[in-house]
Amino acid sequence: MIYKEKGTNSFSDYPSFNYEYCIKMTAGSKSQDGISLDHDDDGETRRDFLFLTAGSFGAVGAGIAVWPLVSSMNPAADTLALSTTEVDLSPIAKGQSITVMWQGKPVFVRHRTEKEVEEARAVNIADLSDKQDDVERVTKDKDEWLIVVGICTHLGCVPVGQKTSESKGDFGGWFCPCHGSHYDTSGRIRKGPAPKNLAVPPYEFLSDTLIKIG
Amino acid sequence: MGSGERIEFDNKVVNWIDERLPLFTLMQKEYGVFPTPRNFNYFWNFGAIAMFMLIAMIVTGIFLAMNYTPHVDMAFDSVERIDRDVNWGWMLRDIHMNGASFFFIAVYVHIFRGMYYGSYKKPRELLWILGVVIFLLMMATAFMGYVLPWGQMSYWGATVITNLFSAIPFVGDSIVTLLWGGFAIDNPTLNRFFALHYLMPFVILAVVFLHVWALHICGSNNPSGIEPKGKQDTLPFHPYYTMKDTFGLLVFLVVFCVFVFYAPDYLGHPDNYKEANSLVTPAHIVPEWYFLPFYAILRAITFDIGIPFTDITIISAKLGGVISMFGSIGLLLILPWLDTHPIRSCRYRPKYKFFLLVFLVVFCMLGYVGSQSADAMFFGLPMTLVGILCTTYYYGFFLVIIPWLNNTEKGRDLPKSIHDAVLQAEREKA
Repeated sequence: MIYKEKGTNSFSDYPSFNYEYCIKMTAGSKSQDGISLDHDDDGETRRDFLFLTAGSFGAVGAGIAVWPLVSSMNPAADTLALSTTEVDLSPIAKGQSITVMWQGKPVFVRHRTEKEVEEARAVNIADLSDKQDDVERVTKDKDEWLIVVGICTHLGCVPVGQKTSESKGDFGGWFCPCHGSHYDTSGRIRKGPAPKNLAVPPYEFLSDTLIKIG
Repeated sequence: MGSGERIEFDNKVVNWIDERLPLFTLMQKEYGVFPTPRNFNYFWNFGAIAMFMLIAMIVTGIFLAMNYTPHVDMAFDSVERIDRDVNWGWMLRDIHMNGASFFFIAVYVHIFRGMYYGSYKKPRELLWILGVVIFLLMMATAFMGYVLPWGQMSYWGATVITNLFSAIPFVGDSIVTLLWGGFAIDNPTLNRFFALHYLMPFVILAVVFLHVWALHICGSNNPSGIEPKGKQDTLPFHPYYTMKDTFGLLVFLVVFCVFVFYAPDYLGHPDNYKEANSLVTPAHIVPEWYFLPFYAILRAITFDIGIPFTDITIISAKLGGVISMFGSIGLLLILPWLDTHPIRSCRYRPKYKFFLLVFLVVFCMLGYVGSQSADAMFFGLPMTLVGILCTTYYYGFFLVIIPWLNNTEKGRDLPKSIHDAVLQAEREKA
């Protein structure tokens, strides 16, 4: 099978690759040497089997090769190591709120007044979009301490309301300036696009004035 | 490739190379004698302009990378050093910064040209789809590039955009952690964004190659929207359109230079000259201007979609916003199958033209809405309402108006050929 057309590449008079022969071979018909490659009469051949197994091994191998690449993008050991933070609560006066860093994220530690706790408890749970009682969001007998991750559950901005000069939103908690989400004194979403309440991180009281986050 | 007819060249060296690798034949065929409709207007300059901008971005980017440090402690300062201390660094950076904006200007005009003259219709569907893919890749590249200076807008823009992925049900949070390489945007994030920002332009270049290849299979559309029928309808690409493209490019570059040299920060945001601070969100986060319409669509959905009279939410407001934003670009992908009207050009489709121009106004309006804060007012209307109205028109244009026009718009009589259309225009002028 020699490919030659007028005016094409001048090297085209070299004999080229014989496609017909290859097609015959893979189709399992009798080769030019007269040797039958057919395994049996249903048209399936050993070649089909070899082709499929080799193909699947290739696909599995490619998958295994990709795994470390994707996995390398996940948090590294040193990033994971920075996973707990201790906070001394003694300097935080009633009505005050501080921000601490935990895993690179701001965490709001708020020393709530009685009025704020009352407001949070007075809400009808059925009216909330993310239904959660204030009791579930604080440690038992430590009702005045609210500890939440200071990241808006909408698109990750840091809500304002930590400083006295900042807006606390319509419900006395926090207000996210990015897309207008309002959180109440329990850090629950009350108005705006955020789908969930401010997350409560895992933490425990080591003593009355010391907590460990993480 | 290379199996077609070869051209004989007089220069022996050129001929020797061409016999072995027909590069010169390719250039001659595709850019020399390539038959191009004779009636292009200046809208047809923007493909070449976009190509020039891509090259300019790659070249300035390579030299900027030689002086940039992708580390959270040093990135901001290294960009300031480029601006102040590196020889011509200020110019490289201002070209690169404003180049992104002007690349998007060129591409937006190029896309609108395609919509106005029906360039996406058969047989150019794949050409159009490759174009949308380039647009998406450009958005990803521009977004990651904007993070590199590590200013406040860089950091918070990155936070908002990467958090979009957390809206994906079940696996969202794991995907976000994977993207960040941590539990917040931090050094690993900056590092990978730099690596990808360097890679992506070359991916874009490869898709542009496919885009141009597909273009050269079916040839360019033209303002009349009818195919060339013979030699009287076309001109060789060189010198006619090499000259016209160069002229258009130079005019475009004059405007570009005005921004680069006289108002380099006009299109940017002052907050990005403050170093990133993970504890303070700027009062008003806005993306770069070229993302504003899509940002407005993202913010337009402020309500959950669920089963009525129950508390079951199927699509939360957040996921709804993300779906609408990506969907708005997805609509462009399927546009060739939404608009099946046989007439291509708006010149002969007055109704489609009207709704398309309204679409253009609405799109710009969305840009304005995106630039305003969530609780702003617009002539007594809440901005969120304007946003949802514009978003509704955006979707309605593609999903209701275009299919409705397919069946109802008769359109004007088409000229017999491009040649006829040109002569007719000349007669009307005289």
